[in-house]
Amino acid sequence: MTKQVPIAEGLFTWPAERPALLASRCKNCGIASFPAAQSCMACSGQDVAVEELPGRGTLWTWTIQQFMPKTPYRSNETAETFKPYGVGYLELPGGVRVEGRLTENDPQKLHIGMEMDVVFAPFRTEENGDEVINFFFQPVA
Amino acid sequence: MDVAIVGIGIHPFGRTPSLTGLQQGAYASRLALQDAGVEWRDIQFAFGGSISAGSADTLVNELGLTGIPFINVANGCATGGSSLISAFNAIKSGQYDIGMVAGFDKHDRGAFNADPKALGIGEWYGEVGMMMTTQFFAMKIQKYMHDYNISTDTLAKVSEKAFINGSKNPNAWRREPISVEEIASSMMVNDPLTKYMFCSPSEGAVSLVLCRADHATRYSNTPVYLKAATMKSRRFGSFEVFAPSQALQQVDGPTVDAAKAAFEMAGVGPGDMDVLQLQDTEVGAEIMHMAENGFCEHGEQEALIQAGATHIGGAMPVNTDGGCLANGEPIGASGLRQVYENVLQLRGQAGEHQVPGDPKLAYTHVYGAPGISAVTILQK
Ligand SMILES: [Zn+2]
Repeated sequence: MTKQVPIAEGLFTWPAERPALLASRCKNCGIASFPAAQSCMACSGQDVAVEELPGRGTLWTWTIQQFMPKTPYRSNETAETFKPYGVGYLELPGGVRVEGRLTENDPQKLHIGMEMDVVFAPFRTEENGDEVINFFFQPVA
Repeated sequence: MDVAIVGIGIHPFGRTPSLTGLQQGAYASRLALQDAGVEWRDIQFAFGGSISAGSADTLVNELGLTGIPFINVANGCATGGSSLISAFNAIKSGQYDIGMVAGFDKHDRGAFNADPKALGIGEWYGEVGMMMTTQFFAMKIQKYMHDYNISTDTLAKVSEKAFINGSKNPNAWRREPISVEEIASSMMVNDPLTKYMFCSPSEGAVSLVLCRADHATRYSNTPVYLKAATMKSRRFGSFEVFAPSQALQQVDGPTVDAAKAAFEMAGVGPGDMDVLQLQDTEVGAEIMHMAENGFCEHGEQEALIQAGATHIGGAMPVNTDGGCLANGEPIGASGLRQVYENVLQLRGQAGEHQVPGDPKLAYTHVYGAPGISAVTILQK
């Protein structure tokens, strides 16, 4: 059976019934940071707690990556199979703006301010068959 | 003690397969020494930087082993600016009378390959394809166009101007004008930016000889004074390259901070500047940097650029040597190229790309990862 593994530990809850991105929030100044960090970039405080970020937000800005990046890019694609992908910052209420890949790559279907959901899906398959799970932002249906 | 620039040297930017980056650095250094009428053995100290072409201090193997302190500087796109600040302070403090600043580089073709670990970011960030400076610039201008009504035609006009200026500069890499139509319809790289709206990694070298101002006329009939040299890093809440997240409350970026500090140091304002070199890694950067450095309000760029204000004959000439767009970006040399160009402009020696009207004050600005900016103000 295929094993699903997160692309990095601590980025989001996995496995989970309702996976969510994980941020750290500073107990001193209240600022949230993604990925979760040991200290606060705003006030240098070290008293931070990890919390789940909301699963829906608004698109703050975006672009489309039209050519295949060189390493450290690591997907299963080749120059022939590469498909352009969207990248954007999603503003999550009460949290932070998180940068992530978009499930949509048609510029006509993307606009600043649109609502999007955080979703979790396979990004690549490792040689041992493991599916590597990443987070994506998907337009609200 | 004020500081003067009394010698400048450049190796043409672009591709020079026959010379290493270091050899290009030595070439530029010899020209700078010659321009100041001094020998390498007269130089009391040096600061220099190169990102991909070896340690700058190995220049002494080419120029001669004189025993001087030669300090390597590595600060990304602000390498040249940081070298200059260091030299500025070394002379201002009274420690030295005369020294050199050198920057050279030689990069492979294609987009810069950034390593997430070197910047304290998880490897996943690069694996999923977000470790791309071009995406940051595209997303920043995308948001800016949305907020301040900048048109795609204005984006193309910035490139058009860069290639026109490059065609007038014998040291530039790209020396053929390209039409607005061709720029706009070239391959889309990161929406809304096309291939001809981005600069590419390249090669080149610049060296400068600096001395205490009261000695300047010994070396030059046309000394140019370094009135300010500042460098700032990002504060919490600014929108920067390679940021997996950013704060909901945005603050001004390092460019705004470095500009304010420079104007304060020099005791002049944006309106006093006669010629501007602003970091134009791509066209959006030049547009946004016009406002971030204080030369216009956000959104005014649309009308200014459409009216030709940023051309060599305009009210606010920007990147008169073609900028990064026409020269490419050898990171270690790029910031010093701007200073070289401004010294030429203030001396009235810029030839076909000379701005009219006897310019007296000139401004340079660089911006780079992971959120740094350096500014200089020169006066003749
Ligand atoms: Zn804090």
